[in-house]
Amino acid sequence: MTATAPAQTPLHQPALHESGLKHTTGEARYVDDLPAPAGLLVGQVVVSPHARAKILRRDGAKARAVPGVHAVYFAEDVPGLNDVGPVVHDEPLFATSEVQFLGQSVALVVGESYEACRAGVKAVEVDYQPLPAILTIEAAESAGAWLSEPHVMERGDVALGLRSAALRFSGEVRTGAQDHFYLETQVTLALPEEGGSLRLLSSTQHPSEVQAIVAHVLHLGRHQVTVEVPRMGGGFGGKETQAAPFAAMAALAALKLQRPVKVWLNRDQDMVQTGKRHPFRCRFEAGFSPDGALLALDAFLVADGGFSTDLSKAILDRGMFHSDNAYFLPNVRLKGLVAKTNLPSNTAFRGFGGPQGMALIEDVMSRAAERLGLDPAKVRARNFYGPAPRNVTPYHQEVKDCRIERVWQELLASSDYAARRAAVDAFNRGSPWLKRGLAITPVKFGISFTTSFLNQAGAYVVLYADGTAQLNHGGTEMGQGLHTKMLAIAAHELGIAPERIRAMTTATDKVPNTSATAASSGSDLNGQAVKQACETLRQRLTPVAAQLLQVSEAEVTFAQGRVFSSARPEVAVPFEKVTQEAYLKQVSLSAAGYYRTPDISYDRAKGRGKPFHYFAYGAAVSEVELSGLTGEHRLRRVDILHDVGASLVPTIDLGQVEGGFIQGLGWLTCEEVLFDDKGFLRTHSPDTYKIPAFGDAPADFRVKLLEGAPQPDVIHGSKAVGEPPLMLALSAVAALRHAVGSFGRAGAEVELSMPCTPEAVLRAVERARAS
Amino acid sequence: MSGRPAKTVLTLQVNGEPHELAVEPRATLLEALRYELKLTGSKQGCDKGDCGACTVLVDGRPVLSCLTLAQASGGKAITTIEGLARGNQVHPVQDAFDLCGALQCGFCQPGMMLSAAALLEKCPRPDEAQIREALSGNLCRCTGYTQIIHAVQVASGQRSVQERDERPTTSGRP
Repeated sequence: MTATAPAQTPLHQPALHESGLKHTTGEARYVDDLPAPAGLLVGQVVVSPHARAKILRRDGAKARAVPGVHAVYFAEDVPGLNDVGPVVHDEPLFATSEVQFLGQSVALVVGESYEACRAGVKAVEVDYQPLPAILTIEAAESAGAWLSEPHVMERGDVALGLRSAALRFSGEVRTGAQDHFYLETQVTLALPEEGGSLRLLSSTQHPSEVQAIVAHVLHLGRHQVTVEVPRMGGGFGGKETQAAPFAAMAALAALKLQRPVKVWLNRDQDMVQTGKRHPFRCRFEAGFSPDGALLALDAFLVADGGFSTDLSKAILDRGMFHSDNAYFLPNVRLKGLVAKTNLPSNTAFRGFGGPQGMALIEDVMSRAAERLGLDPAKVRARNFYGPAPRNVTPYHQEVKDCRIERVWQELLASSDYAARRAAVDAFNRGSPWLKRGLAITPVKFGISFTTSFLNQAGAYVVLYADGTAQLNHGGTEMGQGLHTKMLAIAAHELGIAPERIRAMTTATDKVPNTSATAASSGSDLNGQAVKQACETLRQRLTPVAAQLLQVSEAEVTFAQGRVFSSARPEVAVPFEKVTQEAYLKQVSLSAAGYYRTPDISYDRAKGRGKPFHYFAYGAAVSEVELSGLTGEHRLRRVDILHDVGASLVPTIDLGQVEGGFIQGLGWLTCEEVLFDDKGFLRTHSPDTYKIPAFGDAPADFRVKLLEGAPQPDVIHGSKAVGEPPLMLALSAVAALRHAVGSFGRAGAEVELSMPCTPEAVLRAVERARAS
Repeated sequence: MSGRPAKTVLTLQVNGEPHELAVEPRATLLEALRYELKLTGSKQGCDKGDCGACTVLVDGRPVLSCLTLAQASGGKAITTIEGLARGNQVHPVQDAFDLCGALQCGFCQPGMMLSAAALLEKCPRPDEAQIREALSGNLCRCTGYTQIIHAVQVASGQRSVQERDERPTTSGRP
């Protein structure tokens, strides 16, 4: 199904979501919707009630006696390595001698029902001796508790730059945690197969890593473990590494009991056990000229990693890689560290540190403009990357094909920024308690896994003699429309309708050794692999078709379900005629494709390299209205112009831009993760943790994609879109600063902390009014 | 288990069909639908009435099936997402959600669409404020909501699929 009349190619055309009809009819099955296999057992995790404690005794005897309970597993029951850390082995599957956060897994109870498991969990005896816990970044810094070595990026002469600056100021920028709140919580169903092998149906963004971790936990070869992802009810990074522990538990029980076992977390368990977006504490000193040119920035970024390493080092790195955002920093020093705290292990979340780094520099820009009494839009624009020598990042990568100036100018014009800014200021002069704010902020986001070897992908395309196809690729579908895009690419390459191709569930027995569907890279990497596999098939079909059509091979063209002569299009046969003929002629009709991103590398020790294949750009203008009496605000209007290159499927990309913006808005304005002084998560369900709802979406939302902007050396001229739009929401914070500032005197820095909840805004308003 | 309350038999009228089933007194309507009747279109997102993913229609009104006891639902007409279509004819809300891209991961969709269908039943041409109000109990983590509002406007015949803030059909093409 397509939204418009059939085009020459489905590429660059609107398209319906590949599973759209299945979603709207309720037919779409997620892992927990699959029919229960005979003999299914379920598992429930026994978790630590302390943020940090010594484990004195663990005993499952009473729990095993609970009716309906089949097994209780501790670390000793793990046949292989009791560890699920994806990079560093510092994350036990089950705690042994010490627990390191409230919610850490200690044991798994397996039973016939959740009711039996709950009774079993209560009967598991664990004696703890509580120990002092580290629950804040400040406490970790005082204790010297780190999960990383310092990472430093440096260019120019910071000391000299600061000394020469007319405006020199320092400060701190904090950003908060964010729960992924994927609507579908963590779940894996493990099925025992013959010969001690296992098949897992898992809601994970990284089936290959789940496979690898299950294999080493169970002391199996990876060939004995197959992981399949039917679809996910959202991921956002939260199922990149953190699906693995629960998958490993289901697999352990299924292998030992030789029965199907499902481990599914309910919302509260999920929020207590899994990591969030890393809170960052950034301190900086900045120097500006009187007219707003940034002369020097010295910044120290500390990420709260939680109790284990997980992906924290790469997340900190990306935070540092985006501490420039779209700005040339002539003299810069960035230093970063990951703090170790007794909290859940913070993990990937859409943007992967990038939003935190960008929040730092955008706050610095706002504060400088406020202190200098300048329009923040002008301060931002005058610091953009430009021609050499203003085209080098703090990590020494050249910024080529920089589009921020174009995006900025087009959006300033289409949003009517200047006139509206004047109108807002006029409104504020006449309104004592309701104030408005208007701001524009840019986004420049680096595309590639910064761990360079991860930038690879595979595909496996199968043609049947009847001319239909199955499409396998390494990417997982979590709603982002990856399958829809991959279908468009395959249909384009094979010259057949997308309806003749079936996107298969992602599985490690079809495409092996894949990278996570993460880093916005799903389309870029898998798209190239799909293209290559289809090209191989087309090349094999070409001689067959040439003979059928009695034309030269050079003339053979595949399009719109036909194979024809480019010179005489009326000389044509249906595609299925060619596949049927190829089968009879003993031509192979299946092919693998593979892609790796060329020319990227980064030397972390030197803080130098080219970690990114290219950059994605965008900008947003937000207008807010807030009440100085309650601190509440609403978004009156948001204008976005975003660069996705030559969009593979514009309808999908618009959805990513809009959804990403709103998710960023949640992080920055209403989502507040709160732990109490015992390390207990007080916001562990939607009754206390507020993600954006209908009322939070802008009253007027105008989103456009940058036109006529194909990106060289990326699949069909497109650009990655998953993460970059999230950071467009920083425009709402800048707009709130404008509104809050209008309660106080001109030339004063606004003291507004993130997330900008009504409490935070009200405090900022009161400080502004007192100034 | 000893002390476990006895199951009682009740008849649920679901999507126009009577279903006899035995459930414990504390079983929720959501559990009965998903695990007894195998109607898995209704989702459990939070199990405490805050996310809306479990929304079904009971006598035409949207109800959170995770907060409703199965025992209290006997004799009432229950509509789940599986019953929203009439034969091969999808409901206008289903068609509009698909056409407008008002879905990404799809997990919130069944509840969202049932809330929308209930709104259109009592208010065939809602304005935007009425749409936001009627769907305010349904959370979506993917879309950003704008496409959903558009879809309800399309389903109620007030806007066309293409007509949304100059929704481009050729943007970014080289």
